[in-house]
Amino acid sequence: MKLHPMISALRKHKAGVILIALQIAVTLAIVCNATFIIGQRIARVNRPTGLNESDLFLIQQRWADAPNGNDPASVEKLDAMQRDDLAVLRKLPEVASVTPVRALPLTNNGSYNGIYLKPDQQKATTEVAFYTGDEQILSTLGLRLIAGRAFTAADVRHVGFRSSEEPVAIIVSKAVADKLYPHGDALGKAIYLDIGTTPSTIIGIVERLQTPHVGGADGDVPAYNSLIEPLRRDYHRTQYAVRAKPGHEQAAMRAARKALFAADALRAVDDEDGIRTFSDIRARAYQGDIGMAVLMGVVCLILLGITALGIVGLTSFWVGQRQRQIGVRRALGARKQDILRYFQAENLIIAGGGAVLGIVLAISLNLWLITRYEMDRLPVTYVLVCLLAVLVLGQLAVLVPARRASNVPPVVATRNV
Amino acid sequence: MFGYYLELALCSLKRSPGLTALMVLAIGFGVAASMTTYSVFRAVSGDPIPWKSSQLFVPQIDMWGPTGRDATGEPPTALDYADAMALMRDHRAKLQSAMYPISPLVVPADAGKHPFNIDGHAVYSEFFPMLDVPFKYGGGWSAQDDAQRAPVAVISGQLNDKLFGGANSVGKMLNIEGADYRVVGVLNRWNPQPRFYDVVNTDSGGFVSDGEDVFVPFQRAVAVGMSTAGIDNCNESPKEAGFDGLVHSSCSWIAYMVELDDAAAVTRYRNYLDGYAGEQQRVGRFNWAPNNRLRDLPAWLDYLHVVPSDTKVSLLVALGLLLGCLVNTAGLLLAKFLRRSGEIGVRRALGAPRSALYAQFLTEAGVVGAAGGVLGLLLTGVGVACVKFVLPGDIATLARLDPSLLMLTLLMSVLVTLLSGLYPAFRAARVQPAWQLKSN
Repeated sequence: MKLHPMISALRKHKAGVILIALQIAVTLAIVCNATFIIGQRIARVNRPTGLNESDLFLIQQRWADAPNGNDPASVEKLDAMQRDDLAVLRKLPEVASVTPVRALPLTNNGSYNGIYLKPDQQKATTEVAFYTGDEQILSTLGLRLIAGRAFTAADVRHVGFRSSEEPVAIIVSKAVADKLYPHGDALGKAIYLDIGTTPSTIIGIVERLQTPHVGGADGDVPAYNSLIEPLRRDYHRTQYAVRAKPGHEQAAMRAARKALFAADALRAVDDEDGIRTFSDIRARAYQGDIGMAVLMGVVCLILLGITALGIVGLTSFWVGQRQRQIGVRRALGARKQDILRYFQAENLIIAGGGAVLGIVLAISLNLWLITRYEMDRLPVTYVLVCLLAVLVLGQLAVLVPARRASNVPPVVATRNV
Repeated sequence: MFGYYLELALCSLKRSPGLTALMVLAIGFGVAASMTTYSVFRAVSGDPIPWKSSQLFVPQIDMWGPTGRDATGEPPTALDYADAMALMRDHRAKLQSAMYPISPLVVPADAGKHPFNIDGHAVYSEFFPMLDVPFKYGGGWSAQDDAQRAPVAVISGQLNDKLFGGANSVGKMLNIEGADYRVVGVLNRWNPQPRFYDVVNTDSGGFVSDGEDVFVPFQRAVAVGMSTAGIDNCNESPKEAGFDGLVHSSCSWIAYMVELDDAAAVTRYRNYLDGYAGEQQRVGRFNWAPNNRLRDLPAWLDYLHVVPSDTKVSLLVALGLLLGCLVNTAGLLLAKFLRRSGEIGVRRALGAPRSALYAQFLTEAGVVGAAGGVLGLLLTGVGVACVKFVLPGDIATLARLDPSLLMLTLLMSVLVTLLSGLYPAFRAARVQPAWQLKSN
């Protein structure tokens, strides 16, 4: 297959060649970045929280007649009310375990703080999400303990909502343990939850516990930097994470609502959001990411479709223009196959040229998105896969008009029209 | 002549239905994708209060000093209680209000109904005139009410419908958190997107699909212990427990907005802030130089990145799609036009000037653009309807199909097609009559 005649033939149709190449370049640039975004979002959505997410639901309620929690006596009263609620929920036959919480992963609502290895450190060693719960927190959330022990009832204390507390025992996630003690000996060590406080000992390490915020929104705390305090926070609003017995989730949710109102009618539990399953929480948390992935997918499909059809259209036009040339070649002995290969090779050259420009455009678009919109660097594999896909698409698209070209009979060479 | 070109265009388009369909599809999809993402972008990046946004400012004071600053060195995004009250007391701006979000419980008069939660803000009396809040009945409360911590409330039309059947409820009583409040005003529909007066304390970056239901005087809310329903950032833990502890601490949780009508007022207020911080330094409360900020509303919204970056990225990608469709259409138009070189040659030989050919082919491109625009309208409608499945609920409801968007869609598609038809028309007009008239 001689390249020279092909290239000089293409030179006669510079405009068309440039347009197809440009089209392929733009398509490659957009498709590369769009598929990368899709890949990233899918990876984000598939992140495990570390919880056992089935049969788990969250109750959010607030009392109408609760004391304000500003002094120790009212905090005790609030704690008694919360303990009553917990007792009521634990008595339900459909419920396996309950824990009071102030946050859960994927709820986009939580508190964060720095933790320190030494009491006189100026800058925190790392930032973590603070979770609280009582002795049933590990079993309710279904967290996997890989070292140490769970909390016992004796570890659990209670404080008012905004009070600082200095728990003696805490459980951290493996990510935090590794960050604090990279040699793997975090168990039993003491850390400081705030400057100038008494130390807290790490009595247990869980394999994985994601932070409440999904989008890296809160000061860019790493996604699995979490810490659990054995604490009941007392406030006029409370949240309870409930694990229902397997298969009894809906029944448990209904029973929980009824039981709570039966115990104390002067409370508000929102009709829609008051009791939510964790799968609902997860769906809502990642709605934006899934939506973005879908949008990028739709744009990719449209662009690829239009490019393919454009190649079909333009190449058909050329075939129409070069009927005579094809006829001459056929008359001189070219087989149908040769004509077909010729057009495919021609398309490959144009697409190749367009693809080179496209790769440059894709990388520059990616760099621009990195600086302006917090994207990550486009990996080479994405570029190569998209390049291959676009070239294959071009080849498939050119098959139709190339087939038509190969069917041009040699007798056309002798005609004068 | 235009009618003739139109006729020619329609004839030519009918002759190659496949190519025409392809072009119309390309333009239709490209424009629809761009318009759909643009409708979302426009909704979230639009100025929520365009007639006044350059006169509204958000002051920031650095009450934590160097230990509380992050790498950017910016002061906290909200004020603490002490500084917010000082600013309100000094009253240096034309209008100003400190505010914080509340989520109080309403106990319905009907004993059979459960209490329910509503969202609102604790604000000062100047909040309403400053932000041109629209009232259906009554109005805001007075500065007197602020000072006396009067139990008054302004409620939304929705809450009014729920509790009072939509009637004029000014003067009626409402039980909030166990105390009775007198309704002084009922709002018209008011849900600015984003909730610009308190972005920091609003979830999902400032966009909430339901408007706020209640506004009560700031000092009243603090006095009865209505805790903040928003965020609080503390450089050091409050020394006391509960809401009282928050109020007496240096935690930042109070939003603040002022109205300053001209550049002179802005300068005066800036100097006042610096003077205030300097005074705090002198009395020993601050140990650092003033590090204040005073941003106008557009700059503030930009600083807080209110427009989600996903929205911007999807708009860009859709525009990239439109570019691809433009190039595609240009190629196809080129093919179409050059196929009729014979016809062009005849027209030129008969004396048509190049401009006539431009007119003819641009008309043809325009017809394709118009057809693509109509398809684009339909697809944009579908797109905007589908947006609610694809984007987070609060933002999705903002993307709306309105006449200006539809006009823009049509305009865009005609313009884009004309643009893509420029080069093909140029090539067509350059066709040499002599070559075409030879038999072949």
